Amino acid sequence: MTIEKEQDVVPFRNRVKEHAVKIGMSILNQTKLITAASELVRNMLKYAGGGVTTIEVLSKGRENGIRVVFQDKGPGIKDIKQAMQDGFSTGKSLGVGLPGAKRLVSEFDIKSIPGEGTTVTIIKWKNG
Amino acid sequence: MKTDIAKLLQRKKKQIFENWVAAQLADSNLRDELMSNEELRSQSDELLDVLLKTINNDNLSDVYSQAFEPVREILAGISVFRAKNGYTPTETGLYVFGLKEAFLQAIQGEMKSDLPGMIEVTFRMNKLMDHLAIDTFDTFIKGREEVILRQTDEITEISTPVIRVWDGILALPIIGTLDSSRTQVVMENLLQEIVVSGSTIAILDISGVPAVDSLVAQHLIKTVAATRLMGAECIISGIRPEIAQTVVHLGIDLSSIVTKATLASALRHAFTMLKLEVKRVQREKSI
Repeated sequence: MTIEKEQDVVPFRNRVKEHAVKIGMSILNQTKLITAASELVRNMLKYAGGGVTTIEVLSKGRENGIRVVFQDKGPGIKDIKQAMQDGFSTGKSLGVGLPGAKRLVSEFDIKSIPGEGTTVTIIKWKNG
Repeated sequence: MKTDIAKLLQRKKKQIFENWVAAQLADSNLRDELMSNEELRSQSDELLDVLLKTINNDNLSDVYSQAFEPVREILAGISVFRAKNGYTPTETGLYVFGLKEAFLQAIQGEMKSDLPGMIEVTFRMNKLMDHLAIDTFDTFIKGREEVILRQTDEITEISTPVIRVWDGILALPIIGTLDSSRTQVVMENLLQEIVVSGSTIAILDISGVPAVDSLVAQHLIKTVAATRLMGAECIISGIRPEIAQTVVHLGIDLSSIVTKATLASALRHAFTMLKLEVKRVQREKSI
């Protein structure tokens, strides 16, 4: 799903929710996943002016989960360690987006090359 | 000899028109509840008239030339009209294609003796009408978009009411996602109402907000700060259990704000702040 403007955020969140409901995720985990996805998609809009997201259903043994990948061709993040700290923001926001999203999901992976773009992958297991 | 399409069609205009309208009226899916037959006739007549006046042998292949401007304008008008009145895109498309069929019928009937000429003319007419139909689709979608835009405006207007629940207490139920523009509207309405009503307590109810992420939280904090600057206290209510957990995990600090789970408990808190007491009156038993 391509994200280009603020109006894309809500449909995107609904898509994530649909997938989460399909695998029978609890309301709490649904909310956590949706909030994390919402943080990351807003970051993508704000700093990279948009990008592409992919939502997938995963299964590992008896466990089901959802993977969301956020890919953008923005300026990239110079210091990932610093960006992952609470309260650090280059914009005028609260600075909890990236570290907060990490706390909300089961697995979190971020790769960024300055000048080329950033890819964030999150996985939320159904009972994780 | 090259046949003059324009002249041919002009001559056959009456027949084309009748065929076209007859086909439209015969269609079982005719939406006569949306438009009367007379209206349909006059609309079709106008379009055909202008189209035939415009067409000549030279400009037939270029719909986007200056000469076709009036035709496209009328088509756009029809298309927008249909979009607003609830026609489906298929119906609008078929309307134009119906005209094409009527044209081709006329050409076929007239040029039986000149087969290569007929093929050529048919081909060119086909192309012209296809372009016009595509154009119609474009404007049809634009018409629909206008409807959507108007609705969006209406939704923003109606979705941020400020309610005076008590003397000095305002409630503001927020429904839907809080983005920057919504926050702006909410804040303006709230601050304005605080001044007008002289209220000292405002309750922001977020039961209707599906997800609270850091941006929404930031907007809330800003609204609360602005309210405080106006000398009023702000209570946030309607925090659902899953939202509470999510906010904690996100690491957003809302401890400086009074938050309540329900609007009722927020109202009770507001009463305490105003030193009001709500009592159940014991009625005297009637004899």
